[in-house]
Amino acid sequence: MDKLKSLDDLKNLREEARKTTTTRQSTENLIIVGMGTCGISAGARDVMNTILEELNKRDLSDVNVTQTGCIGMCEKEVLVDVKLKGKERVSYGRVTPQDVSRIIANHVINGQIVEDLVVGKPES
Amino acid sequence: MYRSHVLVCSGTGCTSSGCVEVQENLEKELSNNKLENEVKLIQTGCHGLCELGPIVIVYPEGTSYFRVEGKDVKELVEEHLLKGRPVDRLMYKEPISEEQVPYYNDINFYKKQSRIVLRNCGYIDPESIEEYIARGGYDGLSRALSEFSQDEVIEEVKESGLRGRGGAGFPTGVKWGFARQAPGDKKYIICNADEGDPGAFMDRSILEGDPHSVIEGMAIGGYAIGADEGYIYVRAEYPLAIKRLRKALEAAEGLGLLGENILGTGFNFKLKIKEGAGAFVCGEETALMASIEGNRGMPRPRPPFPAQKGLWGKPSNINNVETLACVPVILSEGAGSFNSVGTENSKGTKVFALTGKINNTGLVEVPMGIKIKDIIYTIGGGIQEDKAFKAVQIGGPSGGCLPEDKIDLPVDYDSLTQAGAIMGSGGLVVMDEETCIVDVARFFLKFTQTESCGKCTPCREGTKRMLEILERITQGEGKEGDVELLEELGSMVKETSLCGLGQTAPNPVLSTTKHFRDEYNAHILDRRCPAGACSDLLIYKILEDKCKGCTKCVKACPQDAITGEKKEVHVIDQDKCIKCGACVDQCKFEAIVLG
Ligand SMILES: Cc1cc2nc3c(=O)[nH]c(=O)nc-3n(C[C@H](O)[C@H](O)[C@H](O)COP(=O)(O)O)c2cc1C
Ligand code: SF4
Ligand code: SF4
Ligand code: SF4
Ligand code: FES
Ligand code: FES
Repeated sequence: MDKLKSLDDLKNLREEARKTTTTRQSTENLIIVGMGTCGISAGARDVMNTILEELNKRDLSDVNVTQTGCIGMCEKEVLVDVKLKGKERVSYGRVTPQDVSRIIANHVINGQIVEDLVVGKPES
Repeated sequence: MYRSHVLVCSGTGCTSSGCVEVQENLEKELSNNKLENEVKLIQTGCHGLCELGPIVIVYPEGTSYFRVEGKDVKELVEEHLLKGRPVDRLMYKEPISEEQVPYYNDINFYKKQSRIVLRNCGYIDPESIEEYIARGGYDGLSRALSEFSQDEVIEEVKESGLRGRGGAGFPTGVKWGFARQAPGDKKYIICNADEGDPGAFMDRSILEGDPHSVIEGMAIGGYAIGADEGYIYVRAEYPLAIKRLRKALEAAEGLGLLGENILGTGFNFKLKIKEGAGAFVCGEETALMASIEGNRGMPRPRPPFPAQKGLWGKPSNINNVETLACVPVILSEGAGSFNSVGTENSKGTKVFALTGKINNTGLVEVPMGIKIKDIIYTIGGGIQEDKAFKAVQIGGPSGGCLPEDKIDLPVDYDSLTQAGAIMGSGGLVVMDEETCIVDVARFFLKFTQTESCGKCTPCREGTKRMLEILERITQGEGKEGDVELLEELGSMVKETSLCGLGQTAPNPVLSTTKHFRDEYNAHILDRRCPAGACSDLLIYKILEDKCKGCTKCVKACPQDAITGEKKEVHVIDQDKCIKCGACVDQCKFEAIVLG
């Protein structure tokens, strides 16, 4: 790596580096993917990867992605929950990789719930 | 971007309990499950609960797993990382309530701590300078260089109230001021990472878990006093700390945070590591400097103080690891944020190595002023096996033992000194009813006696005489007047020794003769060890209600010390018994005990 030649260089490096550790900070903005057995067989893995790509592309480093086990709505897999800081948790069902950008653009960024995908608002 | 970070502790404690295998298996399992692009594996420094290691923490939730073995890894990956089902059986259980706690932050051990020095330990990868920088690292240095004059840095450190964490508690800013005012172009700043106290591992953990915080602290100190060069004196028994320090130095040099014209401000500063051979006395500042110069590590009289005539005769400033690790925070967050924690004359936090008969042993950082009781019961989880608390030894071999009625004492420099202990470097040994106080005093004195460099007679001969007396007492050969003799010798050694080793060596003895006089008397006058620990004072006896009169023991005894009729209770003649223990092995009814 190049030498830091000024105070600004250090600041810029810090901004870059911050992104790599945000997963360890509780940002309270969470996307939770159902990864029970049937979730995985319904394609949760692809959905999860698409989410990660999308967050990366949009530089949304203050959103954490995590996974959960079976919540008893197996027939509606792939299940994706969005829980933003100070907001209620919303569950989306039958999510495909194609739906991901909508969920992130509308809900995560603009706070607008994607109604047609909603399957419920379970207790968080 | 990764959805999950898995942190594996790779401090010395966890390394010895097998974290390398855990780490390797994790790598394998992540790749078997094609998770390597979703889950990032990070090795960290110590989390403090080393006894429960290896420790694995999964973020973003912060689920923590303890005593993880290689064979648990498959389940961890397949259940938690793949399916999101935390593995309950590896979670922490509170010692008394047995309550299971999934998240690291909710464990009582961590809840009452406040982590300033250990802010990054166990949280970042100590081998990544980027992770340190991401957490605000080198912000203190860049502020010092750009916004503060040298005198202003010293003022800020004075204002923070920081006092040396290496033992004596001298105000750091004042010390820096002396070195700054000393005439001369060439000055040195030295980090004392000798850490010779038995049972102490605070400094090692900081160096292993967050080496850059010490480097940054030294660079700030170097700027303040006008030094362009520094030495880190680490004992050679700390190979992992040395390895991480070397990596950290390389990385800092690589980024130009050490070297010439740092961050374009014109400040030059370089650091060297000096490995010490690990003699306790080499932690004494004048001995340490002699050792860096390549001479035998022996103390010399002060004055002149290092600030006037230090390393190679140049003005030098020497600070402890933990002291230096506080400095970057003071500069980046301001003195006010630092001195808002603590008491009137003891600001900030203190790291302790908690050991002894306590449920949670380990490394803790607490705000100054916290009660000893809270450290032992809330953080430490209480005494093992619910035994009774007896005493706590604070301050290592230079410190003292405090009895139960001092347990409400707040931990700060002045109140501890008043009570006959000292803050010291941070050893805290908890003792229960089965620990013999005389034996504890003997243990610490034995340590300092062996480590005495022998330069001055009172320390060399006086501690030897004191040790002989203590050994006699624990062997049941104590004489009336021994305690008075110990006290007399003790104060003589304290007053006439040249360096801190001799000046403090009698403390464990003097504090125990003061607070536990009864226990000394029991040994000397009644030939009894109330704690049941001094083997020479114990006797073999036969329990009436258990003895069946089988006569087996009679045949085993080489001294014919046991008598009794068949099917009747037997007895041991204590005058004949030589305590060989042969009878114990023969008794099927566990009727013969040592007590
Ligand atoms: C026998 C002896 C051993 C010492 N060992 C250490 C040590 O291991 N680490 C340490 O920081 N200070 C040790 N000290 C204290 C140092 O001499 C010195 O006071 C300290 O490093 C100053 O740093 P501070 O002002 O940051 O506390 C020892 C002192 C004596 C007398
Ligand atoms: S007090 Fe003890 S350790 Fe210190 S110089 Fe004298 S003999 Fe050596
Ligand atoms: S061996 Fe045990 S039970 Fe038998 S006589 Fe001796 S003490 Fe009693
Ligand atoms: S300890 Fe040895 S000497 Fe004493 S009673 Fe038992 S066998 Fe005999
Ligand atoms: S496995 Fe997905 S809801 Fe049951
Ligand atoms: S070394 Fe792992 S917790 Fe201390």
